[in-house]
Amino acid sequence: MNAMAGNYTTADGRKIGGTLMEMKHITLKFGGVTAIKDISFDIFEGEIRAIIGPNGAGKSSMLNVISGFYHPQEGEVWFKGAKRPTMKPWAVARQGIARTFQNIALFDGMTVLDNVMTGRLTHMKRGLFAQALWFGAAEREEIENREFVEKIIDFLEIQHIRKIPVGRLPYGLKKRVELARALAAEPQLLLLDEPMAGMNVEEKEDMSRFILDVNDEFGTTIALIEHDMGVVMDLSDRVVVMDYGRKIGDGTPDEVRSNQEVIDAYLGVKHD
Amino acid sequence: MADGSPISDDLRSIPRLLARNARAFGDKAAYREKELGIWQNWTWAETAEEVEALALGLMTLGLAPGDHVAIVGRNRPHFYWSMVAVQAAGGVPVPVYQDSVAEEIAYVLDHCGARYAVVEDQEQVDKIIEVKDRLPNLETIAYVDPRGLRKYDHEHLKPFVEVQEAGRAARTELGGELKARSDALGWDDTCVMLYTSGTTGRPKGVVLSNRNIIETSKASADFDHLTQGEAILAYLPMAWVGDFIFSVGQAYWCGFCVNCPESATTMYENLHEIGPSYFFAPPRYFEERITILTIRMEDASRIKRWMFWTAMDFAKRVGPALLDEKPVSAMDRFKYWLGDIFVYGPVRNRAGMSSVRVAYTAGEAIGPEIFEFWRSLGINLKQLYGQTEASVFITQQPDHEVRADTVGVPSPGVEIKIADSGEVFYRSPGVFQEYYKNPDSTASTKDEEGWVATGDAGFFEEGTGHLRIIDRAKDVGKTASGALFAPKYVENKLKFFPNILEAVVHGAGREMCAAFINIDLTAVGNWAERNNIAYASYQELAGHPEVLSTIQGHIEEVNASLAEDDMLSGCQIHRFLVLHKELDADDGELTRTRKVRRNIIAEKYDDLIAALYDGSKEVSTETEVTYEDGRKGSIKATLEVRDAKVFEVKALEAAE
Repeated sequence: MNAMAGNYTTADGRKIGGTLMEMKHITLKFGGVTAIKDISFDIFEGEIRAIIGPNGAGKSSMLNVISGFYHPQEGEVWFKGAKRPTMKPWAVARQGIARTFQNIALFDGMTVLDNVMTGRLTHMKRGLFAQALWFGAAEREEIENREFVEKIIDFLEIQHIRKIPVGRLPYGLKKRVELARALAAEPQLLLLDEPMAGMNVEEKEDMSRFILDVNDEFGTTIALIEHDMGVVMDLSDRVVVMDYGRKIGDGTPDEVRSNQEVIDAYLGVKHD
Repeated sequence: MADGSPISDDLRSIPRLLARNARAFGDKAAYREKELGIWQNWTWAETAEEVEALALGLMTLGLAPGDHVAIVGRNRPHFYWSMVAVQAAGGVPVPVYQDSVAEEIAYVLDHCGARYAVVEDQEQVDKIIEVKDRLPNLETIAYVDPRGLRKYDHEHLKPFVEVQEAGRAARTELGGELKARSDALGWDDTCVMLYTSGTTGRPKGVVLSNRNIIETSKASADFDHLTQGEAILAYLPMAWVGDFIFSVGQAYWCGFCVNCPESATTMYENLHEIGPSYFFAPPRYFEERITILTIRMEDASRIKRWMFWTAMDFAKRVGPALLDEKPVSAMDRFKYWLGDIFVYGPVRNRAGMSSVRVAYTAGEAIGPEIFEFWRSLGINLKQLYGQTEASVFITQQPDHEVRADTVGVPSPGVEIKIADSGEVFYRSPGVFQEYYKNPDSTASTKDEEGWVATGDAGFFEEGTGHLRIIDRAKDVGKTASGALFAPKYVENKLKFFPNILEAVVHGAGREMCAAFINIDLTAVGNWAERNNIAYASYQELAGHPEVLSTIQGHIEEVNASLAEDDMLSGCQIHRFLVLHKELDADDGELTRTRKVRRNIIAEKYDDLIAALYDGSKEVSTETEVTYEDGRKGSIKATLEVRDAKVFEVKALEAAE
C-alpha cells in the first residue's frame, strides 16, 4: 500500500480516490516578504489532509491560496484534473470548495439557521425578484435548501440553537455553526482553518468526531490547519509540514513524526 | 368505560389495544416526533403497520416467546413501537436507561438474558460492544441511527429499517404465527420488565403483567377523565415506570398522541410548541423553570419586574382558591382576569403550559412555594405517590383537594395500611408479579396476601384522609441524644432554596447533624455574574467565601424553622461543607432517577464526614470521578467546613 499514490483503502475502511487538487510550485509574496516558497503537494479525494507548522510558517496563506483569496505569483493550482485560472473566491466556492475561518466569520445578528442558509447561496438559482416574492420555483427551491440545511443541523447536533442569534452563542458552538455553514455548500473540498483553536478538551473531542463523521458520511475531502499535534496525528491521513514558507515534510503522520527536520522545527535546535 | 366496570377480554394486552385504536381512531395521530425541524406524524393505523413489520422482523431473527429484548434510547416512536412489537411477538421488552454506563447495561442485559437489543445510535452500540464478551445470549443489536456505524462489523448489528423490511417481506409467511402469538397473550403474561435503580444494591427487574398495566392505566385515566384528545410530551426516561404508564399504558388505553422531542436539549422549545394537556415532571423540573423565569425577570425592565411581582403576589392569594373553586369576590376575580391577560397567560405560554389540564409531580417532595407558584398561575398541578412495584399509582390528589404537604388519597383500587413501625403498605391490581430471578427480594417486599412494603414511613392525616410521607423508613433514625432524625425532611427544606441543588444530611447515632451541600450552578452562576464574581470552574464557585456565606444563611433559616418543630428540632444542622463536585449518577452517588444513595456517599466521602465531626476548619480531599464515556479521573480540593448557628428549642418542654 503506497499512501502517496492515492486510490487505496485506509485501515478503517475508507476509500481514498485519486488526486482532487494539486498545488504545483506555489510561491506567494507580499512585497518583499515571501510567505510561501515553491511548495508542491496534492490532496486525494476523500482524504483528510493536514497542514501543520509553527506560527508564521505560511499555513493560513496556503489555505487562502487554495480558496482563491490569494493569487500566487508563481505556480499552478490544479483542481479536478484541470488547471485553475486566476479566479475570484466566490467562483472558487462555486467550484465546490468551502471553508471555515480562524477568527469566526459569521453574521452575529442573524440566527444560526439563517447563517447556515447563507451557505446554500451557491445552490440558489432563482433571481432576486422571484426570491423576494417567494413564488413558484423560488418557494420550492427554498424548501429544498431548508431541508438540506436541516439535515446538516441534525448532523452537527445544533437543533437547540437553531433560532438563536449567533452573537449570543459561546465560542465552541460558533465554531460548529461555521462548520455547518461550510457543509451547507455541499463542498467537495472543505478547508478548515484551525477548527480546534481555543477549545477545551471536550470541545476538541466533539469537533474531531464531527470532522471524522463529515468525512465518513458525506465523503467530503478535508484540508485542515491545526496546532494541536495530538489532534492532527489522530485525524489526518497525510500531513504537510511547513516552516518559514517552505515545505519540510510530507507523508503519513508516522512518517512526519519521525522526520528529523520536523522535530527540529517544532522543538528547536541548538545553534553552536 | 364507566368507572369500576370490568375490562373486556378483548383489551387484555397492549397489542390488542393497538388493534382497537387502529380500528377506532385509525386516522388520528398516535405519535409525533420533530425531525429536520418539522413535526412528523404517525397515525394509529400507520403505527399498527410499523409495529407489525418490526414484530415480524424480530421473528425472522428468531425471537421466540418469552425472550427478553433490551431497548436503549431516548424517547422516540421507534422505541415505543419496539416495546409493542416485542410484546406482539411474545417477547418481553426491557427498557434500559440510555445514560447508563457500559457496566450497568452489562448487568441488566446479563441478568435478563436479553437475546436482542434495539438501540438508538453509535453511543449505545459502543457501550454494548464493550461488554459483549460477557453477554453470551445477545445475538443481534438493531440500531435506529446509522451514523458512524457503517464501518462496524455487522455480524451482530442490523439497522432498524432492515429488520422492518425483512419483516414486511416475511408477512405472508409469518403473519399467521405473529397473530397467533399476539392473540395468545393473556392478562397474567408479562407486559414489561423494568429495572428499578434502587438506592441500595444492584437494580432489580420488576415484572409487570398486562393486568397490572392495563387496569392501572384505566383506573388512573378515569380518575383524571383522560380522553383520546389528550396530548403529552414524552421526555422522561423510557426505562422509568412512569413513562411506561403515561406514554404506553394510558396512551394506548385512551388512544391519545405521544409527542417526542427533537433532542434532549430542545425539550423546552418542543414543550412550548406542543402545549400538552396532560403533563408530568419531577419537582426538580418545576424548580428549574422557576429559577430560569426568575433569572429572566431579574434582567427585565423595571416596569415589567414590578408588573410580574405584583401580579404574582396577588395570584398567590387568589389563584389556588380559584382552582379549588372556593368563593372569591367579584373584584378579585376581575383583578385575576386582568393579571391573566398580562402576566399569568404569557408565563404559562412560555412554560408550554397553556393547555395543561392535569399536571402531576412525584418522586420527591416539592417545595410549598414552588407548588403554590404553579398553582397560582392557574395550572392544575397535583402530587402523586407511587412506585415501580405498584405500576406507579399508590395515592394521588383529586382535583380541588390539592396541598403541598400531602400526597393525596389512595388511587382507585388501592388499599393502604400503616404498620406499627409507621411504614406504609399497599395492595392493588397494579402490584408487580415478582422481582425477576430474585425470589428472596420478592418475598421480603410482597407478602402472601399481596401487601407490598413501600419502605417509606408515613401517616394518614386526620379529617382529610390524605397520606403524608415523612421519609424513607430505613433512613429515619435517632441521633445520639435520642432525638428523631429524618434526613430527607431536612434535605427537602434545604433544596427548596434555588441556590441548593442537592443536600445530604448526616446525623444518625451522632451527637449532632451536619450536611453536604451541592450548589445549583444555574442559580449561583447567575448571581455571580450579576455581582461580577469571576470563576473558572464549578469547584471554584462552590468554594467561594460569599457563596459559602449565602448557603450558611439558608441553613440557618432552615434551622430556625426546625427549632419550631418539636418532633424534628434535633435535626438542626451544626456544621456543613459545600462539595467540590456535583453528585452524579455516573459516580453511583445518585440513582438514575436522581435520588441520593446515602451508603455510597458516606463511604466515598468518609474523610469529609470525619472533618464535619472533628471540628476542623478545612479538609483536603481527592475524589474519583467517572466521565460520560466511562473513563475515570480524579479531582483534588480543599474544602472549608463552616459552623451554622443553631437555635434554642423552644417547644421541647411543652412536648414533654
